[in-house]
Amino acid sequence: MTSEFAVELRDVVKRFVTPEGNEIAAVDHVTMQIKNGEFFSMLGSSGCGKTTSLRMIAGFEWTTEGEVYIEGNPMGHTPPFQRKVNTVFQSYALFQHMTVFQNIAFGLEMEGAKEDEIKQRVGRALEMVQLTGMERRKPKQLSGGQQQRVAVARALVKTPDVLLLDEPLGALDLKLRKEMQLELKALQQQLGITFIYVTHDQEEALTMSDRIAVMSNGRVQQIGTPVEIYERPSNKFVADFIGESNFLDGQIKSLSKDEAQVFIPALNTELRGIPISQGLVKGEDVVVSIRPEKIRITEKNAKNDNFFKAKVTNTVYIGADTHVYTESQGVKIKVLEQNHISRLDTSSFYTVGQEVGLVLMPENTLVLKKV
Amino acid sequence: MNPFKRSPFVIISTVLVYIFLYAPIVVLVLYSFNSSRVNITFEGFIPTFSERVVMDGSTVVSSPCGPFHWFCDLSKNREVMSAAKNTLTIAFIATIVSTIIGTMAAIALQRYDFRLKSFSQLSLYVPIVIPEIVMGIGILTLISQVFGWVNTTFALSGDARLSMGLFTVTISHIAFMVPFVTLVVQARLQGFDKSFEEAAMDLGANEWTTFRRVTFPMILPGVLSGALLAFTLSLDDFVITFFTNGPGSTTLPIYVYGLLRRIITPQVNALSTVWILIVFTVVLLLQIVQSREQSKS
Repeated sequence: MTSEFAVELRDVVKRFVTPEGNEIAAVDHVTMQIKNGEFFSMLGSSGCGKTTSLRMIAGFEWTTEGEVYIEGNPMGHTPPFQRKVNTVFQSYALFQHMTVFQNIAFGLEMEGAKEDEIKQRVGRALEMVQLTGMERRKPKQLSGGQQQRVAVARALVKTPDVLLLDEPLGALDLKLRKEMQLELKALQQQLGITFIYVTHDQEEALTMSDRIAVMSNGRVQQIGTPVEIYERPSNKFVADFIGESNFLDGQIKSLSKDEAQVFIPALNTELRGIPISQGLVKGEDVVVSIRPEKIRITEKNAKNDNFFKAKVTNTVYIGADTHVYTESQGVKIKVLEQNHISRLDTSSFYTVGQEVGLVLMPENTLVLKKV
Repeated sequence: MNPFKRSPFVIISTVLVYIFLYAPIVVLVLYSFNSSRVNITFEGFIPTFSERVVMDGSTVVSSPCGPFHWFCDLSKNREVMSAAKNTLTIAFIATIVSTIIGTMAAIALQRYDFRLKSFSQLSLYVPIVIPEIVMGIGILTLISQVFGWVNTTFALSGDARLSMGLFTVTISHIAFMVPFVTLVVQARLQGFDKSFEEAAMDLGANEWTTFRRVTFPMILPGVLSGALLAFTLSLDDFVITFFTNGPGSTTLPIYVYGLLRRIITPQVNALSTVWILIVFTVVLLLQIVQSREQSKS
């Protein structure tokens, strides 16, 4: 390992020409550095450029601008079969005319491995994904979860530096998906290989990743640990995309070193002591973001900083939590209350039309640039 | 239960379809056992075996081959045997060549974007929809022009002169079979996921190995059905062969046509029966192979 980074994308652009002749940038000046041994996820909705980025690392697509580095080496037009990365495909892409054994052995044959060695390594790979004894089956005779494991084994048997996974669990049902998430994560930790994982499922990304790149419209919105991107989203898109957020339009009244006073015109309230993270100026129009679970419901007449009155418009009981929808002078605010106590008596829940007080605790609030 | 299943309309139309499709074949096969030389009325089977052929007027009373008299007669007919040999030779060579070219064209059209791609695609349909006789005349005109020019330019004489024959029939068959193969293989490729090839390359296979080990085995059923279609097209082609054949390259359809213009003997029926038998066997074998493949996977 010559480089600190297993994979690096430097200012990568990928443009496609649509059938109508328009040029679109699927990946738009993306830079990211993926460390050795890291579980790195690219998260975003379809069309955000995550799969195209992965395909450029694999070598199925070439960059229009910029460069992909693997272990510090620029890849240029290196074909996939000369890159020390392997891919687990969304569709698994198992060779239907070959048995499980032949599928896994394929990559080793290409390396020119001897028959004994192939047998041994395929055996170990099957053991790793708990499919010993399935050697002679055809892919169609396996369940979705088993096919998925074969796809993982086929890629891992090559002992790549980096394993690329393109929504590998997308076709599985929820329960199996959760099992496989933990299994893949365990496998990654056990092998110490760098995993680059593409998914549109934020829970999946949060569960498995060391770091996540949130992408949208071909651009990286934020790169950070799961905690960072949830608790300190760098812009409104990330705050909205990851989990849920209430957004309040406001204006910065005054600024100190690391706190701001923000005036919310719609509520005619000033929020005080809100931590700021980036270069904001006084008088700037901003967005205040707060997560539903971080708002406290109090008496309607409580005396508190960052307090305002609201009316309950709906409550939804969903087991672990109750979602309380409130409205205050036309601004809709969602609050999430944990159901700490077991109770059947719904009369103690908030009722529609009830007046309550909402407290936005400043340390749980974020000021984000508008846009 | 499907209400249409027992409707008289369905039953009647089914019976009619079967009569129209298969009655001619049944009659044809039946007449190949006819005892009469005149192939107009059925006078019953040739009843007995004997050392020599015994005739009573135009009726065969007995023959060394018994009811199979016309088949034996046929096998002694040198012209038929040579026509059969020509037909098979042309069909085999033309099938192999057109399958290779057609498959390559299908893959190119599926995989690559290039200038005039939609024109190339469209030009594939032209030979299929154009009347065969027009194509026959076209090929004839082209070949005779080219051969004429070569013969005069290089002052060829005698055996060296280029003339119509097995070669011209074969290349004209290849020319009209390629589009059929391409379309059949293309249909198969339509459902072919590119990620299979990407997976192979990802695992270290170069382009050629990927084709040999992954792409080709996966599209093989399509290639085989394209080849089979091409083979049957070549076997029974009359129109184009009529224009492009020459001395010594008579094929079975041409020969039968010539025979019919003179006299209609049950030999023609015997020939057709053998032909049908061969085609049925091939189709049956293919079905068995395909259903085995399916039950395996």
